[in-house]
Amino acid sequence: MSADIWTVMWKEWRELLFQRGSLRGIMLSLLPSVLLFGIILPSQIGHFWVESAMPLGFWGWLPMLPVTVVIADAFAGERERHTLETLLASPLSEQAILFGKVGAVVGYAWVLTLIILLAGLVTVNVIHGNGKLLLYPLIITLGGMIFALLTATLMASIGVIVSLRSATVKQAAQQLAFASLAITWIPLFGFSLLPTALQTSLLESAKSANTTQLFLISIVILAVVDVGLLLVAMTRFKRSRLILD
Amino acid sequence: MTANAIRISNLTRNFGNVRALDNLSLLIPKGVVFGFLGANGSGKTTTIRLLLGLLEPTSGHAEVLGFDTRSHSDKIRQHTGALLEHSGLYERLSAEDNLEFYARVWRLPTAKRRSRIKELLSNMGLWQRRHEIVGGWSRGMKQKLAVARAMLHHPPLIFLDEPTTGLDPVAAAALRDELQETVAREGVTVFLTTHNLVEAEKLCHQIGVIRQGKLLAIGNPDQLRVQAGNPRIEIVGRGFTPKLIDYLKSQPLISSTQIQGDRLTITLRKQTSAAPLVKILVNAGVEIEEVRKGNASLEEVFLTLMEAP
Repeated sequence: MSADIWTVMWKEWRELLFQRGSLRGIMLSLLPSVLLFGIILPSQIGHFWVESAMPLGFWGWLPMLPVTVVIADAFAGERERHTLETLLASPLSEQAILFGKVGAVVGYAWVLTLIILLAGLVTVNVIHGNGKLLLYPLIITLGGMIFALLTATLMASIGVIVSLRSATVKQAAQQLAFASLAITWIPLFGFSLLPTALQTSLLESAKSANTTQLFLISIVILAVVDVGLLLVAMTRFKRSRLILD
Repeated sequence: MTANAIRISNLTRNFGNVRALDNLSLLIPKGVVFGFLGANGSGKTTTIRLLLGLLEPTSGHAEVLGFDTRSHSDKIRQHTGALLEHSGLYERLSAEDNLEFYARVWRLPTAKRRSRIKELLSNMGLWQRRHEIVGGWSRGMKQKLAVARAMLHHPPLIFLDEPTTGLDPVAAAALRDELQETVAREGVTVFLTTHNLVEAEKLCHQIGVIRQGKLLAIGNPDQLRVQAGNPRIEIVGRGFTPKLIDYLKSQPLISSTQIQGDRLTITLRKQTSAAPLVKILVNAGVEIEEVRKGNASLEEVFLTLMEAP
């Protein structure tokens, strides 16, 4: 099955990256994100960008953006462009199609995140390095890479579930925009609704807790949620259901 | 190994209260081009979807290349090619990439993949344009490419769902020629749905006519003409008087007559010799230039079947 997943990923990347026809096109499409998050933002924040735990939140949030944009197209796009039925009439298994599509989007978002964070590191060193080599702490780098992978998978799994049932890419994109807003703002909004005493107590616990431990707990929770969502997507992906939709 | 490419018994599919396919039974031998004729919504596409295992039947049973559609649909998809209702091409990819993707799907080894893509694109006259993005192509070219895609892995059976729909007459004729050549060259069994009778007549060895999910007739084009259409005699000449036409109409063997300029078409109630009729005409003073005996056209057969209660 891994060969089939890879085949689907190959096709997805080909469509995604070469839709503008050339490598120059790819570079141009990536430029705004790299410029904003890899150069402007780090240059304004300075060495705090690499020395604090701030990038960690960024590693988690950043991949969700490209995933939200791209994943809406996964099935709704195939349906809209009338390529879905031919794909379903191929010998590819349902799992291979599903994981190939999720894998392609996650891989794309993850690599894009790494490029942006590398660009940020270069920017900070060039502008604020003062001859000293500034690096992200190792734990932040490793944890961030895992965190980025998991949040990308989270958004991709939600996206694929939405895209499976949407008639058009526009409809899927609208629903996903709400979902990504909810994922970002509900925890913050929910926290602000808690009684002040509880908020203070939670903040105190967070401050006193071991960062690595907190981080590991978040990773485990995210991984469990990701697996759960992928299982939901698998149960919803049935050839006969997709044909009738 | 089974001698039949497709074997369908009492296949039924309902969509809610609508019966899309009603107790369909069919045997399609290997190596033939089978045309499935029917109006829009008659159940042709549903039949293909059921045969490919994309839909589950409500009742009945079907086997494709000896594989059961319910339990071995993956095997069926492995051994068949399909050009469905839409070309299914990725319009943001080049022609070569479209074939490359499906060649990988069918796990063709790299070297074989390249040679096969070159062979098919060259045969279809598309090799020089292989790097072009398919989105900019004409519908005729896209359909040719989609046919090439269906043939990529040398499947013993291909499904073609109305391949010439939406093409202008020139492009449709070109695709038909291409299909005829390709099918002969590759030696595949073809399950072709169409409502284009010229296409069916030109390409198909065997034809099934379906209406509202029910199979109305099956046979080769000649058999169908004989089964469903009365024999006719066409006479070209001068001197067809109204009195003579009335006399002909009164003959028990004659079902109807139609006169158009110097051409008289007589539809008979059953197969009979033309000689006695010719004698009547000559005796009545008709100057005969040409006599042609034949059956109803496939179009007439089709319309008769469609209009039958």
